[in-house]
Amino acid sequence: MLAFALKRLGLAILVTFTVSVISFSLLHLSGDPATSLAGENATAADIAAISRQYGFDRPLTVQYTDWLWKALHGDFGESYYFKLPVADLIADRLSITMTLGICAISFALLTAVPLGVAAAVRPNSVVDRTALFLSVAGQAMPSFWFGLVMIVIFSIKLRLLPASGSETWRHFIMPTVVLGYYAMPAIMRLTRAGMLEVLNADYIRTARAKGAGAGRVLFKHALRNAIVPVVSLSAVQMGFMLGGSVVVEAIFSLHGAGYLAWESIGRHDLPTVQALILIFSCFYILFTLLSDLANAWLDPRIRVG
Amino acid sequence: MTDTPTQTVESIITVTPGALLRRRLFGHYGLLFGLAILVLVAAAALFAPLLTDQSPYAQDLSARMKPPFWMAGSDPSHLLGTDQLGRDYLARLLYGARISLLIGTVTALISGVIGTALGVAAGYFGGKVDLAATFLINVRLALPVVLVSLAIVALFGGSLQIVILVLGFLLWDRFAIVMRSSVMQIRGLEYVNAAKAIGCSKTRIVLSEIMPNVINNLIVVMTLEMAHAILLEAALSFLGLGVQPPTPSWGLMISEGKEMMLFQPWLITIPGIALFLLVLAINLLGDGLRDVTAPEAKG
Repeated sequence: MLAFALKRLGLAILVTFTVSVISFSLLHLSGDPATSLAGENATAADIAAISRQYGFDRPLTVQYTDWLWKALHGDFGESYYFKLPVADLIADRLSITMTLGICAISFALLTAVPLGVAAAVRPNSVVDRTALFLSVAGQAMPSFWFGLVMIVIFSIKLRLLPASGSETWRHFIMPTVVLGYYAMPAIMRLTRAGMLEVLNADYIRTARAKGAGAGRVLFKHALRNAIVPVVSLSAVQMGFMLGGSVVVEAIFSLHGAGYLAWESIGRHDLPTVQALILIFSCFYILFTLLSDLANAWLDPRIRVG
Repeated sequence: MTDTPTQTVESIITVTPGALLRRRLFGHYGLLFGLAILVLVAAAALFAPLLTDQSPYAQDLSARMKPPFWMAGSDPSHLLGTDQLGRDYLARLLYGARISLLIGTVTALISGVIGTALGVAAGYFGGKVDLAATFLINVRLALPVVLVSLAIVALFGGSLQIVILVLGFLLWDRFAIVMRSSVMQIRGLEYVNAAKAIGCSKTRIVLSEIMPNVINNLIVVMTLEMAHAILLEAALSFLGLGVQPPTPSWGLMISEGKEMMLFQPWLITIPGIALFLLVLAINLLGDGLRDVTAPEAKG
């Protein structure tokens, strides 16, 4: 187990490092950041001064190591737009994105797992067809459009829910549904497929034969085994969701980290964008690492393979 | 009595693999439905100039926001009404189908080539090549697609070409993962070993022994990624960092209609439903093809 854990951790660190190189170089590919910072009416002397002040005149590798070293200590530089430390800006906004992410994955799991189980218990029934329809529709639904339609229905026509902001829990209902529905189809399909497979296994027949009740067989014997891959998929989906929250936060003007990313990209605020790409990547890497370790702990076959 | 066995053999022979495939194809309603919508959208995109004589770019400020035909006050020359600049909505919808289909196909081709090359190499050679490919897949999955594409489009300017290139270079992960595992499953089979034994080159083995046996999976992933690319382009354009106005992109139409959605909700429902139907059709086609070509993988 320890060898597996160390190997997996090594991979995670290597991936994080590579992602940091990519997010740094990506934003320095576009030309001289000093020119865009200085604005349209700047003279060559202004640009040179800005270049010196921000250290853009140094070789890229030096700039990168400097940036990475500081980033490792929690210092992502100063936002060009807000003139505030990027780390503080992101820390402020991250709680909203995390709340949204946790609500959305809970919503997805709470709808997808029961639906998947019900669909697997009676294949080709009305429940199965409905679950399939919901998942096919969910995969095709553009989330930004779904969000707008919800605003029209629930905020404008019915006046039930607020359309934008993040003050109360009611502000999070629509964003949660929109973001959660995005993750639901994959989880539902995996639960259904896993349950179908497990329900045909010998130990389920044994459990039934020894007289265990239907509910006990379903939840204690079948679901426990079918849920393992769902847990790792949820970790992956949670990572994707944090990155994908940009769209949902933009529609509902939820001022989280995704919204900050969108604004900062529009303002060419490089330090903020770089930091956010790196942080969202790190979340994904962390979630998948944890789920892989949990799976290896639960299932010894993975550690060897 | 003596000729009964021959009859059975004949009846078995008449069911050729092709006939079996056709029977499965035409028995799958999801696939047929998806195919029908996709053909319809493709025809609408291709024959857009024949279906409407309006230009998707021509503005008419005296005829702004005319409602579509089912609402009161509609104009027969604008079946789906006009937008806030008086442009014919039907023309924009038809020409917008071209943008979506173009982005979907070209992106799927680019990412398909990258992902397939990586996945097949990883699956066939294994060892260090596989380690390197797995590492690249991990790095790619860790990058947040929406954020990275938004940032690149913001830096290099929004155009159709940039959006296609960015998405093409980002969406290859599923190709690589699926190709890698499909190739791994067949690389040790007898016919591959036989080809090795008679001295076929690696290129020949990959091209004529491996590829024909994994092409089904490739096509399925291609449809899914096509749908993925179309949705992403619409989302990027909606956020203002994708295809730029006045291009008739469906995502852009929704973004432009958003300001008026309180009073003119059809401005966002029409392109939204078009987008939903197109992506639904491509997904149903992909799911159907998977069911038909690999019934054991149905899930």
